[in-house]
Amino acid sequence: MKLTLRVWRQKNADAEGAMSTYDVDGISQDMSFLEMLDTLNEELILKGDDPVAFDHDCREGICGACSLVINGDAHGPERTTTCQLHMRSFNDGDTIDIEPWRASAFPVVKDLVVDRTAFDRIIQAGGYISAPTGAAPEAHSTPVPKPDADFAFEHAECIGCGACVAACPNGSAMLFTSAKVNHLNVLPQGAPERETRVLDMVGQMDAEGFGGCTLTGECATACPKGIPLPSIAAMNKEWLRATRKVKRA
Amino acid sequence: MTRTLWDSSVGKKTVMAVSGLIMLLYLVVHMIGNLKIFFGAGEFNHYAHWLRTVGEPFMHYEWTLWLVRIVLVAAVVAHATSAYQLSRRDIKARPAKYVHKKARSSYATRTMRWGGIILALFIVWHLLDLTTGTAHPGGFQPGHPYQNVIDTFSTWYGDVVYIVAMLALGLHIRHGFWSAAQTLGVGNATRDRVLKTVANVLALLLTAGFIAVPVGVMTGVVS
Amino acid sequence: MTSYAAYTTGEPVADTKAPEGPVNERWDKRRFEAKLVNPANRRKHTVIVVGTGLAGGSAGATLAEQGYHVVQFCYQDSPRRAHSIAAQGGINAAKNYRNDGDSVHRLFYDTVKGGDFRARESNVHRLAQISVEIIDQCVAQGVPFAREYGGLLDTRSFGGVQVSRTFYARGQTGQQLLLGAYQALSRQIAAGNIEMHARTEMLDLVVVDGKARGIVARDLITGKIDTYFADAVVLASGGYGNVFYLSTNAMNSNATAVWRAHRRGAYFANPCFTQIHPTCIPRTGDHQSKLTLMSESLRNDGRIWVPKAKGDTRPAGEIPEDERDYYLERIYPSFGNLVPRDIASRAAKNVCDEGRGVGPGGQGVYLDFADAIRRMGRKAVEEKYGNLFDMYARITAENPYETPMRIYPAVHYTMGGLWVDYDLSTTIPGLFAIGEANFSDHGANRLGASALMQGLADGYFVLPSTINDYLARNPHHDEVSAEHPAVREVLAETDDRLARLLAVDGDRTPDSFHRELGELMWEFCGMARTEEGLRKALDRIPQIRDEFWRRIKVPGTGEEFNQSLEKANRIVDYIELAELMCLDALHRAESCGGHFREESQTPDGEAARVDEEFSYAAAWEFTATGEAPTLHKEDLVFEYVHPTQRSYA
Repeated sequence: MKLTLRVWRQKNADAEGAMSTYDVDGISQDMSFLEMLDTLNEELILKGDDPVAFDHDCREGICGACSLVINGDAHGPERTTTCQLHMRSFNDGDTIDIEPWRASAFPVVKDLVVDRTAFDRIIQAGGYISAPTGAAPEAHSTPVPKPDADFAFEHAECIGCGACVAACPNGSAMLFTSAKVNHLNVLPQGAPERETRVLDMVGQMDAEGFGGCTLTGECATACPKGIPLPSIAAMNKEWLRATRKVKRA
Repeated sequence: MTRTLWDSSVGKKTVMAVSGLIMLLYLVVHMIGNLKIFFGAGEFNHYAHWLRTVGEPFMHYEWTLWLVRIVLVAAVVAHATSAYQLSRRDIKARPAKYVHKKARSSYATRTMRWGGIILALFIVWHLLDLTTGTAHPGGFQPGHPYQNVIDTFSTWYGDVVYIVAMLALGLHIRHGFWSAAQTLGVGNATRDRVLKTVANVLALLLTAGFIAVPVGVMTGVVS
Repeated sequence: MTSYAAYTTGEPVADTKAPEGPVNERWDKRRFEAKLVNPANRRKHTVIVVGTGLAGGSAGATLAEQGYHVVQFCYQDSPRRAHSIAAQGGINAAKNYRNDGDSVHRLFYDTVKGGDFRARESNVHRLAQISVEIIDQCVAQGVPFAREYGGLLDTRSFGGVQVSRTFYARGQTGQQLLLGAYQALSRQIAAGNIEMHARTEMLDLVVVDGKARGIVARDLITGKIDTYFADAVVLASGGYGNVFYLSTNAMNSNATAVWRAHRRGAYFANPCFTQIHPTCIPRTGDHQSKLTLMSESLRNDGRIWVPKAKGDTRPAGEIPEDERDYYLERIYPSFGNLVPRDIASRAAKNVCDEGRGVGPGGQGVYLDFADAIRRMGRKAVEEKYGNLFDMYARITAENPYETPMRIYPAVHYTMGGLWVDYDLSTTIPGLFAIGEANFSDHGANRLGASALMQGLADGYFVLPSTINDYLARNPHHDEVSAEHPAVREVLAETDDRLARLLAVDGDRTPDSFHRELGELMWEFCGMARTEEGLRKALDRIPQIRDEFWRRIKVPGTGEEFNQSLEKANRIVDYIELAELMCLDALHRAESCGGHFREESQTPDGEAARVDEEFSYAAAWEFTATGEAPTLHKEDLVFEYVHPTQRSYA
């Protein structure tokens, strides 16, 4: 396959960026999208050019590092992570636009690499259960009904890639935040911190400069792990419940 | 609790949802009242007069009406202020657009903001036209709403403005009602279809009910 | 300069920390004998933790909970992305919830036997003891393990054992356990007890007066190189499987932290013990950048086979039942498809070498679910393995519900690592190694679902107890000065190394060297090794190193985000480590676990250990680049599990 790539190039956070055009040849259908970019980078290095910087690590769809907007879609045309997207999804002669995640809470570091530490700070605000090591009761002392365990798991699958934010026209992190809130709030172990968790995480989400939710559903469509849109409604319910329950100064 | 609500994006959405639902409830009543126009001037004008005397003798003349007006104004202000502040936040959160553009999400979702602005302008015109009479075509006659309505819808622009606004209203309700349900945490996977159907039915009924009046005037059913 | 292969043997090395006495009492005894640090004094101690995977994440969180000041590093943009996240199948624990005869002693026995009698008994027993606490801890943190309808935890079976002791969260157990540790870590970061440096990579170790006192690390965004000082340094930087270029490791997982520590004096033990995982998706071409694992849990229900006839190119569906060879079931009737990984991998290699492999290049065997689908129904199979089947379909564009999966072994885990004693201390005082970075618990072969167990055991329970003893005995009241000659020297060396990489400006990319080295290692130090092959590799590696320093091309500068520079610097260490791996494989003229020397096999082709000569852990001491290292042997004593020829037949 022969392809034309238009790639966002930006030297660093402070520099201006622009799209640059590259031709790549000899691309196999079996290559992953990132292997296609590897091919481009090998050529660029030998030509003495700066290779395209992009985040990637596990290349098996679970670490959440890869983060490209391909032809306007976060992670490209298939519902998966960029690393699990294969070139058989494209045709010979295609022109492919590759851009970084766009959101003011995710500033560009270089080229296609963005800073997603805002997500870490949302988790730090309350996305945990306070269970110091050694203090745990016997695992079977609290049975968890299977539907609740499955609901928790479904939300715990989030890989923190940020595709939801990238796809949202408002740059909202509601799907990410709701995934963690729902995972922990449904479990009996998460109950003691149920109210503070949702209030603090939503508060941090706002403080990071993410947009609000207008329920366009773009986030859930882009999510490679299929975190469902009703997750947001479930978090709203938790939030309202917490607002009623917690009296704050 | 008020501060928590107002300081949070989720809280502001709650304000929008609740105020929106108040306005929606009002619109249902308003639409049903409007349909009385098809039963002649007597019944319509009588209904309009009754609106001022509701609650008597406990309430004084027009007290109830003013109470409703105050609640409505509060709802509109709360709705618009939240919308403005949330929109500003949303736009700020996504300053750089993608070079590769894509048509995204449903029409109703994308037009919430513009639809809201159209509706706000419409309300101003609507009040000036039929409540105060300031912008009424021909002579405004207080106490004779039947004739006033016919006057308005006898002009081409009156029809166009009204019908366009009602279509915008339909789209606004279609997404807004479902959206409010999500914000208030009523939505879940199993209820989603029911909520979407209710939203669609409400949007359709209200739009059709409201548009029936200018159509009636235009076709001469109401004269 | 002596030849690399002409190593010398130094003094034996021994673990001095494990107490005497019955094996099941040693851990309690050690914890009691270990000195403690007064809680009020803990915040005065700084501990550096490198890595945020299961071991590093859990250690950082636990040390911070105890009151220590933790400074933690990861090269990823977030601690949540450490490669533990990719572990699929599960985590072992001797809970005996199934009432199927499991016990701490059985897990201990299985692990020592599974490791082909090359692990230290004290450590393995402690691991088995702690396994039960790990499950409690993770459940308390909200890890959503699979549950049954009664609300209790579900388990499944894994290779090399005959009980059902593997706890799991669908095919994403590693992810869920890692997120649990990450969340615990996040809680401590928010509390101000951990200073987290993401996108910061350790490039060297600072040793002052014989003790580990800090690290040199590079901020990957700005390129700034800094020193960080502490009272103790914990390496939790994972394994070195990426020496092979193609492996199931993450692209950026690397050996720099452990290798630099080794160069500074930490012994490296059993580097040739690498695990080749039997069920990976075969490679499709030269463009392949990494390999993807299919969980071992698939072997619970999938049946492995190849055609009986050589060169049979018919599609799987057209090969009749009596012309198929379910070779694992045939050779190992009692364990069948669930034999340990080393055995399953080697068997796959053997049938492919016989010319009976399937798929492109004959480098694959079938993993067939037709029987399982017939027996359980497609829906049940989907529920159990759906995400793995989807992943397979996405990568290969084949539907595993209709045609059997094709699988082939791939490098997956490294049992070798920095030599540590019972306290997980390396031979440099104050330097600890935990998780895959150390060599301790798996001997010559790791059983499935035991890596997660070991990482969390080390991080949550072992290290936080044993490091107290070191810190109590070595109260560093003095700050390390940035002007200390040792500090300036290590900093200068690091600057110099990066500057040299940038200055060569040759004509080959970092990846081209990495690929060449990997192919060499796979051929000569992979699933089967021979003296001849290893000697060839040992001749070739110095040539690659020489060529590397003449022809490497790294664009850009060191003062910016430069992924090529990161890569090139890691390859420098891979080349040196590869050399040590080959030497270790050459010197160990026996087969054991994942280390298969063709010269040493039983008549029916199984690994033949030579206990009289090799019942030891080989701990290597660095001398100089390209110079022969010194071997220190740690004799392994088996008091409880007596070495036998492993039999899974």
